[in-house]
Amino acid sequence: MFYREAGEYKTTYAADMAIFPIRQDRYGVALILIVAFLVIPAFGNQFFLNTMMIPFLILSLAAIGLNLLTGYTGLLSLGTGAFMGVGAYACYKLETIFPEVNILVWIIASGLVSALIGVLFGLPSLRIKGFYLAVATLAAQFFLQWCFARVPWLVNYNDSGAIEVPTQTLFGLPVTGPTATPATRYLVTLTIAAAMAWIASNIVHGRIGRMWMAVRDMDIAAELIGIRLLRAKLLAFAVSSFYVGVAGAMMVFLWFGAAEPEAFNIDLSFQILFMIIIGGLGSILGAFLGAAVIHLMPIALRAVPAMVGLSIDAARIDQLTLMITGALIIAFLIVEPHGLARLWQTVKQKLRVWPFPY
Amino acid sequence: MKTDILLKGAIGALALTLALPAAPAQAEDSVYVPLFTYRTGPFAGSGTPIANGMHDYLTMLNERDGGIGGVKLIVDECETGYDTKKGLECYDAVKPKNPVIVNPWSTGITLSLIPKASVDKIPILSMAYGLSASAKGDVFPWIFNPPATYWDGLSEILKYAGGGSIDALKGKTIGYLYFDAAFGREALPFFQSLAKEVGFNLKLYPVAPADMQNQSSKWLDIRRDNPDLLVMYGWGAMNPTAIKEAVKAEFPMDKFVSIWWPNDPDAAAAGDGAKGFKELNWHSAGANFPALADIQKLVVDAGKSKTPKDEIGQVLYNRGVYNSMLIAEAIAEAQKITGKKVVTGEDVRRGLENLNIDDARLKAIGLGGFVGPVKTSCADHNSHSATFVQQWDGAKWVKVSDAIAPDSAKVMPLLDEAAKAYAEKNAGWPARAEPCDNK
Repeated sequence: MFYREAGEYKTTYAADMAIFPIRQDRYGVALILIVAFLVIPAFGNQFFLNTMMIPFLILSLAAIGLNLLTGYTGLLSLGTGAFMGVGAYACYKLETIFPEVNILVWIIASGLVSALIGVLFGLPSLRIKGFYLAVATLAAQFFLQWCFARVPWLVNYNDSGAIEVPTQTLFGLPVTGPTATPATRYLVTLTIAAAMAWIASNIVHGRIGRMWMAVRDMDIAAELIGIRLLRAKLLAFAVSSFYVGVAGAMMVFLWFGAAEPEAFNIDLSFQILFMIIIGGLGSILGAFLGAAVIHLMPIALRAVPAMVGLSIDAARIDQLTLMITGALIIAFLIVEPHGLARLWQTVKQKLRVWPFPY
Repeated sequence: MKTDILLKGAIGALALTLALPAAPAQAEDSVYVPLFTYRTGPFAGSGTPIANGMHDYLTMLNERDGGIGGVKLIVDECETGYDTKKGLECYDAVKPKNPVIVNPWSTGITLSLIPKASVDKIPILSMAYGLSASAKGDVFPWIFNPPATYWDGLSEILKYAGGGSIDALKGKTIGYLYFDAAFGREALPFFQSLAKEVGFNLKLYPVAPADMQNQSSKWLDIRRDNPDLLVMYGWGAMNPTAIKEAVKAEFPMDKFVSIWWPNDPDAAAAGDGAKGFKELNWHSAGANFPALADIQKLVVDAGKSKTPKDEIGQVLYNRGVYNSMLIAEAIAEAQKITGKKVVTGEDVRRGLENLNIDDARLKAIGLGGFVGPVKTSCADHNSHSATFVQQWDGAKWVKVSDAIAPDSAKVMPLLDEAAKAYAEKNAGWPARAEPCDNK
């Protein structure tokens, strides 16, 4: 009875077409942003910021990227992990060649490199569809990972084959490297993630997003109404890879601090794919919800026995976590096959007509 | 309604998550020793006996002596699954509890933690793994990798194969079968520079982590090249698979020498064909030592451990015991230097730098004859110990060589160079500011 648009009059077309047409929604988003920008960095401890929030935001960003491609344009990709790797290695190379340029510039620029590689591997998408395209992107995954392991130039001829992150500053504060505080890294991550999520939301609600969805729903029909398939699909690959590449660069520079080629293996690709399947295909909110389930739930599950005073040994907790996470994923999908974002929509619809459903 | 739910949800979630990692209340007189272990995943085969050995020795000290110097040890395992991501999660989870030392047990995790050690003041003990160059204490004051680096180990294998001198291998073909990640690649630059210097023909057989149990194509290459010596740097499921493949390919076992990681079951799994397989080691196999008898009596028989009956005395179980012995000695040494009972990470760093575990000391802690002496200093965080070769006779390991010292003349210059290169590549690498106790 509190959550409804009754009494909220819209006087402009812009207000009518807003992403959050109901006032309560806008307040909710504002509140989340205030908590995220002010409360969490002020009160969150190191474990909470380092292990939960920073990875959650970075994985969410990667999931948004994949969602643009798979959820909105209907092109299934299994190369997400490798494209994250492209972003990470590009950022490392740019950073070591031009160390005087601000690291944030390179994090964004590495997304462009990733977009370029994404377009290259997206070319076959005009001819092959569905599972066959998934196999083509799988080839990208293996080929790129092979490059990370086998091209010594990418790691500056480092003996161990790993990339290491030097200390870089922003406004005099270290943002990467061991001396950067978790709060600084969290704020940088949050700013990039929030800005890029906002841009993605605008893209998918505008002309480009509608074009992608038309291609997803039926590409022949889309072609007939005048959408150029090659451009639409390649644009989806480019934008998606840009997001994924930025997420990859952030993963190494703001989270890991060093990385081996193994960090970008097929498991990571699948993890991101599961995030968007559970969160909801074709939904920006879904990317965040999916990342929360896949990344945060195991950590919470691991912490629960210790909180209630049970002492279960580390290995058993790990195995239990795997089993419970798996069971929960199946349960979520049975309850709502369209993902958590759809579940949230249903709840909102119910709330709107509560307490007099019709 | 909506905002209300959101608000409550947000506050609730925040309160829950902020409360999650709260450390259990710690007793005043205790030292917190986290153990990063892996009993799950593809590396559990190697990780489990090591985890058991590390856990059991420290628990035994608690049971027998009431800890170290009258201070109880809080032994806390964190499961990493040999995964860098989970390793970092473990590190962040244990950091608020003031750990005195961290054992990453993965070269990948070690590489990620090396820059953090000096900032967080937590020393890292990467026992005979990790970055070889971190043996240089003047560049890496917080990192310790005794008793030998992978480069020392390689020079020892080659010296053994060359009958005492690496130069005798000139003109031979040597194969290198390695785990293709940071660990296996660690020895590569040294191997390549030796190949050039000595003049042997080096053939590389990298095994990708995903292909640990699928090495048949590599063994086709090995059979074709027929190397005069095959060196293996393997871990987890790679070791038993390689030994089985070697048996299948009828590769002569006396030409097959591994670094110190294959365990008893790894060789036993290949059956009779594995007889003659050789690996480096620096401590005894078997359980005939007073300290191990104490573990059996006070920990395993008392049901305070997950160790299966026959595991005590296996190579990797004893390796875990050795790792914990170093931790315990470092804490004891730190107590001796500072005079404090409850030591911190900074104190234990000094302890690690002043280790001098000679035969008399080993005898005193119930490990006489278990292992050769170890001595560290401010400049040398490794001790570059000698190792020996042991051979699998179908049921147990038999020592088949005398102690082989590393070829320092060849290892040291490269080690210096690598340490310098690491500091240069990581702009802003801090110069050593920690005072030295044993100038």
